[in-house]
Amino acid sequence: MKFLITFFFLLIITPSLMPREVKVIDVETLEKIIHDRNPGILVINFWATWCRPCLEELPYFEALRENPSFSQVEVILVSLDFVSDLETRVFNFIEKRKIESTVLLLDNTDYNSWIDKVDPSWSGAIPATLIINGPTGERLFLEKQFEEGELEAELINFINP
Amino acid sequence: MRTFITFVLVLFIMTAFDTKEKSGYQVGDNATDFNLKNVDGKKVSLSDYPEAKGFIIAFTCNTCPFSVLYEQRIIDLHNEFSPQGFPVIAINPNDPVKQPGDSFDKMKSRAKEKNYPFPYLVDETQEITLAYGATNTPHMYVLKKEDGKYKVMYIGAIDNNPKEPENASNKYVQDALKALINGNEVPEKSTKAVGCSIKWKSA
Repeated sequence: MKFLITFFFLLIITPSLMPREVKVIDVETLEKIIHDRNPGILVINFWATWCRPCLEELPYFEALRENPSFSQVEVILVSLDFVSDLETRVFNFIEKRKIESTVLLLDNTDYNSWIDKVDPSWSGAIPATLIINGPTGERLFLEKQFEEGELEAELINFINP
Repeated sequence: MRTFITFVLVLFIMTAFDTKEKSGYQVGDNATDFNLKNVDGKKVSLSDYPEAKGFIIAFTCNTCPFSVLYEQRIIDLHNEFSPQGFPVIAINPNDPVKQPGDSFDKMKSRAKEKNYPFPYLVDETQEITLAYGATNTPHMYVLKKEDGKYKVMYIGAIDNNPKEPENASNKYVQDALKALINGNEVPEKSTKAVGCSIKWKSA
């Protein structure tokens, strides 16, 4: 019995001790995410731990989760860090900043082969954000760093034009 | 009437700002000369190189990890192609208020430390960066001198592997220069790469 209790206790606490999962994806998977019709609004933010402006704006993406006006919004943070930095820099950052949004790492440094697939207007500089309206397929691509309140304003404008 | 004029003016300014990011050269355009301060304090212009057949302009900086990864490759490009008439000129586009690590003093120490064989200029007003249309660092422009003009022959990345130079399967800048030197068409005229956004001055 005691063993069983310990077992269940461990089962409950283990997930919170594990580092948050970061799935490493390829370009095909990214394209699928972009083109699959999501029922709500999808916000894909391209960032990296080496990009200071990206880290400055990440809290605004995290804050969307707690904002009831954006309950239909799903956030995916696509890290462009090198895959060799995943278990060090990326994990450390996610743990330290307690990032709750889905984090994926796009492992493809042949940038010229896929940047246009995200958006032809993208220069490749980050931060950059792609907002997709699942039901209508409408898209908004923004190559900029959001200041406080700007992401919400863009989203409100995008959802109710 | 006055409100209308103000409205039109505001609209005009908004459009002007809107196009700011879209401006810049396309391959085939003529690039402007400049007169920018080098780390040795002296001004440098393209016209200071009457013997050059063209230039490798590198918008780069001290702080961007991609600039750091590509630093040696930029030095190598200069050492390989300067004797063939295409020297490197590096320009730091970043606002030192937003990126203190890219201040003029920090540029001086970096150039000295790494013994840069090319000028490392500061674009204090960011006008040249804007005119060229550089968006991230490092961002390369290969120019060819033609009838006293500087024609843009290539815009983009150095190669397609920032982390492992030896595994780069496309060496865009090198291939462009080899083609130009041999009188051939540049194989890939413009590419995109992930990099650090340029730190623009606050308006």
